[in-house]
Amino acid sequence: MGSTNSTLLKIPNVEVLMQETGLKLVAEENCLNVSPAHIIRLHDRFKALDKEGRGHLCPHDFGAIKELAMNPIGDRIIGAFFSPGKETVDFHTFVKILAHFRPVDKDRPKEPNSPEPINSRSNKLKFAFQLYDQDKDGKISRDELLQVLRAMLGMQVTDEQLESIADRTIQEADLDRDDTISFEEFRKSLEKINIDHKMSIRFLR
Amino acid sequence: MIQELTSRLKLNFPAQIIPRYSCFRRGSMFILVLGLLVGSLMPLGGASGSPGSGTGQDECKKNNGDEKNGNKTTKKSFPVLSLNYENVRLPFEISLWVLLASLMKLGFHLMPRLSSIVPESCLLIVVGLLVGGLIKLVGKAPPVLESNIFFFYLLPPIILDAGYFLPIRQFTENLGTILMFAVVGTLWNAFFVGGLLYGVCQLEGTNLAGVNLLSCLLFGSVISAVDPVAVLAVFEEIHINELLHILVFGESLLNDAVTVVLYHLFEEFTNAGTITVTDGFLGIVCFLVVSLGGIVVGAIYGILAAFTSRFTSHTRVIEPLFIFVYSYMAYLSAEVFHLSGIMALIACGAVMRPYVEANISHKSHTTIKYFLKMWSSVSDTLIFIFLGVSTVAGPHEWNWIFVVATLVFCLVARVLGVIGLTFVINKFRIVKLTSKDQFIIAYGGLRGAIAFSLVYLLNPKHFPMRNMFLTAIITVIFFTVFVQGMTIRPLVDLLAVKKKQETKRSINEEIHTQFLDHLLTGIEDICGHYGHHHWKDKLNRFNKKYVKKCLIAGERSKEPQLIAFYHKMEMKQAIELVESGGGSKLPSAMPSTVSMQNIQPKKPPQDRALPQLSKAREEEIRKILRTNLQRTRQRLRSYNRHTLIADPFEDGLDEILIKRKKMKELEKKMNNYLTVPAPPADSPSVARARLASDPQAWGLKSVTEIPTIKVELVSPQNPESVKVVDEFSKKGSQPKGSEEEGGLTMRVPSSEKQRKDKTPDEEPQPRFMRCLSDPGPAAEDEDEDEPFLP
Repeated sequence: MGSTNSTLLKIPNVEVLMQETGLKLVAEENCLNVSPAHIIRLHDRFKALDKEGRGHLCPHDFGAIKELAMNPIGDRIIGAFFSPGKETVDFHTFVKILAHFRPVDKDRPKEPNSPEPINSRSNKLKFAFQLYDQDKDGKISRDELLQVLRAMLGMQVTDEQLESIADRTIQEADLDRDDTISFEEFRKSLEKINIDHKMSIRFLR
Repeated sequence: MIQELTSRLKLNFPAQIIPRYSCFRRGSMFILVLGLLVGSLMPLGGASGSPGSGTGQDECKKNNGDEKNGNKTTKKSFPVLSLNYENVRLPFEISLWVLLASLMKLGFHLMPRLSSIVPESCLLIVVGLLVGGLIKLVGKAPPVLESNIFFFYLLPPIILDAGYFLPIRQFTENLGTILMFAVVGTLWNAFFVGGLLYGVCQLEGTNLAGVNLLSCLLFGSVISAVDPVAVLAVFEEIHINELLHILVFGESLLNDAVTVVLYHLFEEFTNAGTITVTDGFLGIVCFLVVSLGGIVVGAIYGILAAFTSRFTSHTRVIEPLFIFVYSYMAYLSAEVFHLSGIMALIACGAVMRPYVEANISHKSHTTIKYFLKMWSSVSDTLIFIFLGVSTVAGPHEWNWIFVVATLVFCLVARVLGVIGLTFVINKFRIVKLTSKDQFIIAYGGLRGAIAFSLVYLLNPKHFPMRNMFLTAIITVIFFTVFVQGMTIRPLVDLLAVKKKQETKRSINEEIHTQFLDHLLTGIEDICGHYGHHHWKDKLNRFNKKYVKKCLIAGERSKEPQLIAFYHKMEMKQAIELVESGGGSKLPSAMPSTVSMQNIQPKKPPQDRALPQLSKAREEEIRKILRTNLQRTRQRLRSYNRHTLIADPFEDGLDEILIKRKKMKELEKKMNNYLTVPAPPADSPSVARARLASDPQAWGLKSVTEIPTIKVELVSPQNPESVKVVDEFSKKGSQPKGSEEEGGLTMRVPSSEKQRKDKTPDEEPQPRFMRCLSDPGPAAEDEDEDEPFLP
């Protein structure tokens, strides 16, 4: 626990962070869970990525992760960490973004007026939606969908195929017939998928 | 004797065959058939290897005796009609049993009220009891379920069916839980039941002192395994949600390794006499060897099968055979080394499936599916019937205390095991198991024929209490199958357990799921955490880069999963449109090597762009079809809908209606929209229908010169009838993009005669034709050229 205390001092506003994200600082008093607390781990990871020790991350720090470079939507994911206009990511934001992927606490008491926890199903879906919707107009247009499909399928398919797939996708999901997919339609098309399971990382439990 | 019995049976029936209600009549006819069958079965004795064989010979000697007597006394004249039953006895009896099983299955579905209350497995056991009883009445010894027959002939089809169609995604997602239940759960059950039984046996006044600890443990290990046959039979009918289904079913499959190891372990120890710690340690090593070895053997055969299927493009007819033979060899090879045959079979089926399906023709795929279902269905039925017959036949030794104790301990062990394990598992699961889930898992732990066969295999010399074990096992099996099997359905309804969702995946779900997979992999990489997604992604990459190239023939190896999925969807939609008689166009896409569509820019938002074909495209289409489709005709004409494999199990009516409505809307808007420059109107294309049973054919016409593709279709019978559709009421029938699926062929012969007869201005009622072809002999060349017009 000694190390925890010293690291605690280095992380600014750690209580606020814990509150907002629900990530834990101290290890559970549970014989089955003896790993160090989440925020400490993330902090270590943050420092590992931040090779130059500036205290914040730039896009090319993320780019240095080689598996991410192979990921078809890697650049979108990296882009999600940086709020529009900002060039750097501090630890606070880093943790907040990653907190989206915490498994959902089913037994949290539902306080009536508290804001939705950051890892709720709805917020997870919003995060995913924003990755599709690059121009942030609240809708996934046909072009944006085509870009995603092209990224995922690479060069193996022709434009026409992509377009017909995109058309079909929009046709299925688009309920108000405006030829784009809004967040509600997005959410509805995924209602059968267990998002809580699919978009959770055990690491961040 | 036969006549006596059948006349006795017949006498009872005329009274019943007064048709008041059709189900009575059906039921009575069914019973009559059953009676006749049984009547003819009885003097023939039972199946092979049974004590009945001796008596069968007596019968035959009696039959042949007359002939022989004739020989001794006079010079026999040339026998015009002679009886030699002995030659055909074995295949004859086997066929009779299989026929009996199939007729039973048929019969149950004719009585829907009964089959909705009682699960099929119970009814079959009852039938088995009746048949066994009748055989015993006649005085012959009924056949017992021989372990060899069971393990080598009856069990493999069921397991292969399960393994081939195993839902891999759910299985791997829940693999940890399944393994926990299968391994730890079975071990717990075995030792709990075995230990407590030993304790009971040591009690005063039970006359069971002869049962030593090892025998009890052996008995415990055999009876603790959840049986895949029984689970499948019961769970199939209750349509429970996929998570529970895969948990219980996966457990029943994977616990085979544990059962095999424990069984051999205890059997060896009983012979050896003393156990040491090294023996225990070796037991654990043995378990690992058995399970992993089984999987490795299965995987090797699976890869071999996939590799073989790469080269079968010219001999499509024997493709299914490869699948079956390789799988069976995997099972037998594993059995040679005392590895877990079931796990080998599952591994083989699961490994080869993605590659084989990309390689084989659609007809072969259908064949494999239907053969597997057929064999597993017959096996299933036979197993339960034989269980019933063996109950009547088997040497029984009823000991109240032992049997009741076994039953109680089994149930208690199961419940405690599930609760305890779930408590531990829930700490690691993201989606936790609720108590309702736990109840269903505990309740679904049915025992079945595997346990029975294993005990039957025991050597009576080493295990003098074998008969008592048999009795106890049969009791437990009966209890679980009857009581638990019958009550699970109302309980599922009562507890409002989530049922299986009937709808198919939409393309949205597929795209978004893949997207989320990539997203999660990326996030895991950022966190530096090598989790589930990371390894899955690595495996996928490896698969795509190396394995697929090796095992999949031709260009399909490069086809991304999404595209394959999209094709499948398109196909299904095409079928639905065909069946619902609605719709005039399909958005379609060509496979990776040819693209046939130039989608026109959209005008009003609801209008769908229509494809346009140029000459170059035509050539490409022809090339593709030649290489990939079974049969094509050189003249390309447009066709407006594909009639494709209809999978009667899959489509929901609502979806069809909605799509039909949508398509009708679009049709109306499309009518004035010409995309094709108007060359002289060419002959309309007529699709020919070759239906297996209901020939309803309509002509399909398109007026403009547009490429059409002749492809030959295969399909099983479609229960829905096809209605006439008023397609294009104008000359502006649009060219359609053609769709191609590897191995799929559709036949659309054109007719010369029609071209001459009709002028381009005429607007005959465009009609719709459906092409189907039998998987059977029907087919082929002679008939194709004749246009078939109603």
